[in-house]
Formats: sequence, C-alpha cells, structure tokens
Amino acid sequence: MNAVLKLSDLSPAQPATGSLEIERVSVELGSGAARFTALDDVSVSIRPGEFVCLLGPSGCGKSTLLGGLAGHLAPSSGCLLLDGQPIAGPGPERGLVFQHHTLFPWLTVLDNVAYGLRMRGVPRAERRAQALTWLAEVGLQGFENSYPNALSGGMQQRVEIARVLINQPRVLLMDEPFGALDALTRLKMQELLLALWAKRRMTVVFVTHDIDEALFMADRILVMSARPGRVVEEIRVPAERPRTAEWLTGPSFIEHKRHCLSLLRDSAPAMPLARLSPLSEPSGDAADATAYSD
Amino acid sequence: MSASDRPSAGRRLLPVLSLLACVALWHLVASRHLNLGLVTFQNVPQPLEVLDAAWALLQSPKLQYHLGSSLSRVLSGFVLAAVAGVALGLAIGRFRWVRETLMPPLEVARPIPAVAWIPLSILMFPSSEGSMIFITFVGALFPILLNTIHGVHGVDPRLIASARSLGTRRWGIFLRVILPAAAPSVLTGLSIGMGTCWFCLVTAEMISGQYGIGYYTWESYTVQNYANIIVGMLLIGLLGMGSSALLHRAGQALMPWYRPGGRA
Repeated sequence: MNAVLKLSDLSPAQPATGSLEIERVSVELGSGAARFTALDDVSVSIRPGEFVCLLGPSGCGKSTLLGGLAGHLAPSSGCLLLDGQPIAGPGPERGLVFQHHTLFPWLTVLDNVAYGLRMRGVPRAERRAQALTWLAEVGLQGFENSYPNALSGGMQQRVEIARVLINQPRVLLMDEPFGALDALTRLKMQELLLALWAKRRMTVVFVTHDIDEALFMADRILVMSARPGRVVEEIRVPAERPRTAEWLTGPSFIEHKRHCLSLLRDSAPAMPLARLSPLSEPSGDAADATAYSD
Repeated sequence: MSASDRPSAGRRLLPVLSLLACVALWHLVASRHLNLGLVTFQNVPQPLEVLDAAWALLQSPKLQYHLGSSLSRVLSGFVLAAVAGVALGLAIGRFRWVRETLMPPLEVARPIPAVAWIPLSILMFPSSEGSMIFITFVGALFPILLNTIHGVHGVDPRLIASARSLGTRRWGIFLRVILPAAAPSVLTGLSIGMGTCWFCLVTAEMISGQYGIGYYTWESYTVQNYANIIVGMLLIGLLGMGSSALLHRAGQALMPWYRPGGRA
C-alpha cells in the first residue's frame, strides 16, 4: 500500500489492514454450451477502511466478484489479494453476508453469534460475554436464547452481522444484505451498518442494485454492466459523513442519482438476466470444478 | 403451544373411540362368521378368544423371555442400521465418488425382501442370534440410508459457505452443519427404520429356536393356534408403536428448534 500517507488521510480510525487488490480478474461460469463470462478483466483497488458499493443490474457479476473475494469462487484468470496476500478459499478475516440470512436454525441466537469464536477455540465464558456484547451492539439484547426462525427478517440480518463482525474481519462482504427487507427496516439497517462501520472502519464491499442505497452508503460506487461483467464507471460520493436526510434530498444527490440511472439503463441487458450467486451460476449444480476445495 | 393446539375432551376421546369401533367391527364379523366370498371370517378368532390367549401369555413365565429376546434383537439391528445408515448416507450424500462407488450395489440389495435373506444369513452367521439381528438390520438400513442421503442433498449450500467463511474446517462442516441440517430427515429415516425393524421381526424369528414375539407368532401358526397369532401380531404392533413414540420424543428433545409444519 501507500508508502507515504498524506496527513489528511490519517483520520483517527484509519485502519492499517483491509486493502483489496482485484487484478485483471475474469470468471467463467457454467459448463459446455451454457458457459459464459460472468466477469471480464476487472481491475479494482480498494483502500483499507473504504466503503465500496458494487452497483449494477441483475446478472452483471457483482455477486460473482463478491464470491471471489469471499473465496467461494476461483477466478478463471487474474488474481485477488487481501493486504498483498492471494485469496485462496474462505476465511473469517473476510466476513460474508447474504441477502437471506444463513444462521444455523439449530443454534440459539447467542450460539450463532459465538460460532466463529468457537471455531477459534475461545473458551465458553469468553465466547458468551463477547457474543452478548455484540448482540447489544446490534440492538438485540434479550433475544440471545431465541432460535433464528422466531425472529423477523431484519432481526435475523442483525444477528448475521453480529456473527460476522465478532470475528473482527478486515473486510466485510455483503450481497444485497437488506434487499429482502421492507423500506423502513432497510433504512434502519443501513444506519446501523454505517454506525458499526464508523466505529470499526473495516473495509466494506457492498453489492446492491438500489441506487439510493449505494449513494447513501458508499465512499465510492463501481457501476457494472452485464455479459460480460465489467466496471463501466467509478463514482466518488462527495457527501460528508455522517450522512443525513439533507444529503438524501439535496440537488447533488439527485444529480448523482440521475447519472447512475442513465448508466444502469445503458448497461442493462435487453433481457433481464437471472441473479447470480456468490457461490456459483444462477441455477443447477454447485460448480465443484470452479469452487475452491478446502 | 397455543390454546387451539390443546385437544378438547372430545378430541382426546376420538382415538379411543376409533380403536373401540375397530374391535367392535372385528367382534361383529368374527362372531357372525361372515362370509363375503372373496374374504371370509369363518375361521377368524373372536376378540374375547384373543383376550383369553393374551391373558394366558401374560401369566406365562415365557413372556419375559419372548419380550426380552425380541427387544434385544430389534434394538441391536436398529442401532447397527442407524450407525451404518447415517454414516454411509452422509458420505454418499456429500461425496460424488462415494456415491458412484457404493450406490450400484446398494440399489441392487435394496429391493431384496428380508425373507429372502434368511438362507444366506443362516449360512453367513454361525449363531442364529447373529442372523436374526442381521435380518432386522437389513430391514432398517435402507430407510435410514435413503432419508439421510435425502437430508444431506437438501442442505442449503449457503449454510456450508457461511460456515466455511466463519472458519469451519472440513470435519467441522460435517459435524456442525451437515449433520444438524440433515437431522430432521435422519429422524424420519430412523422412525421408518424402527417400523421396518418390527416388520421384519417375524421373518427374522422364523429361524429362532424358542423365544421371541415373532417366533411365538410363527409357532402359533404352525400349530394352528389362531388366537395366539393375533396376540403376537398385536404385541408387535404395540411395541412398534411404542418405540416410534419414544423416537419421536427423543427427536423433539434433541431438536427443540425443529417443528414440522410450522415455525418454532
């Protein structure tokens, strides 16, 4: 990374780790005649602690890129680096959140949150204490003994975020995490995530197809096009943080939104494409051939 | 549990009434020696004869030996089948090469009825106890195996991906994700397997020398003691029902998060 940092870069919570390098990455998915290029020669570099949104139409490969960063999909060519180290498979330093929660239904909320610590061999009492702290942080005190199925969609995503953040990841990867929530809940979750991020400053890569969401959350938006998946434009969001309703309704916001909308309109395929998953192609068998084995 | 789930007095009486109605119908057709041409009840013993026979068996010191032998055979066969079926099912469900290696012979063996295994099991096992356990094992193995495979295939790949992203290693994935996620399906398999175990008991105990409920039933047939046959049949039915209920309870206790047909 930068050998010389300018003084202005050194905000109090500027993290030292969490830089991502995406170098000329292509990903091909499917087999035989159905094989297609989901990502085509994508290069992006992300600073530690940056909040980046990948914005694009369904099927543009934004989730595929996220899957690559998470280590669930191996690129066909190019390389992915976290703090200079190649990414070779999934790991707790890169937390992954899906659109629908993946909490274990057989574990209580507390045990779900403490799961990562358990995998690291942290003693029980310590796990419990930390998990309770995290549940409080996401506003779920008193739900530690519930099972995930008893919670609402928004609460499930709160638990999911706590479960990922307890591992203190350098990078948080999110695949339309609030896409299935109602508008009000979504807004609350966006504010919660920004508050958590402001406090801890991990790098966030956030996939969305919602322009407002991207403009509200991101430092930088990468607009993607579909088939082949490419980054067509990079937009720096000029708004100060913490962001307020003023930004959301101001003329600069509207201007940016109009610009994004025209980009998306140009890049959208003639026919809507199936949504890609961070794990593999839209349907059919999991692509064992392209996925990393553990 | 909400108030509407709690059965009212009338609803709780219904199963009892249903059983009583069956017995009444049985009494009616057997006492009238009903002959319908295709099916005849002329030689069917009446409920009261069966009750007498049951009372006689209850007084007999042999009953505990019959019960003890049958229970230990069913339990041994079932436990062996559960261990083998779940272990094989997990491996077959998870790994393609295991599936491609093991499924062809298993598919050939699956349709073979328990009774057809009798000669071979006598040849293979030096003790008749061993061959009887083997036959109940064969009966229970396939439902457990197939339901386990089904359960493993049904595991959401995102759960596995999340577990790996949270730092779970290979064996942890089996133990902490695939096994619990497949558990409801495994329980269905175990419950069906327990049923088929009792189902195969008479077949297994055809080769028994003296004890066992299945042996008692089969022997009563060979000596034409028809009332005793029905006593044996009903005993097998009751024991099978009881063991299924126990399994169901165990499943509920082990999986408090799982409520079929509804959310927890």
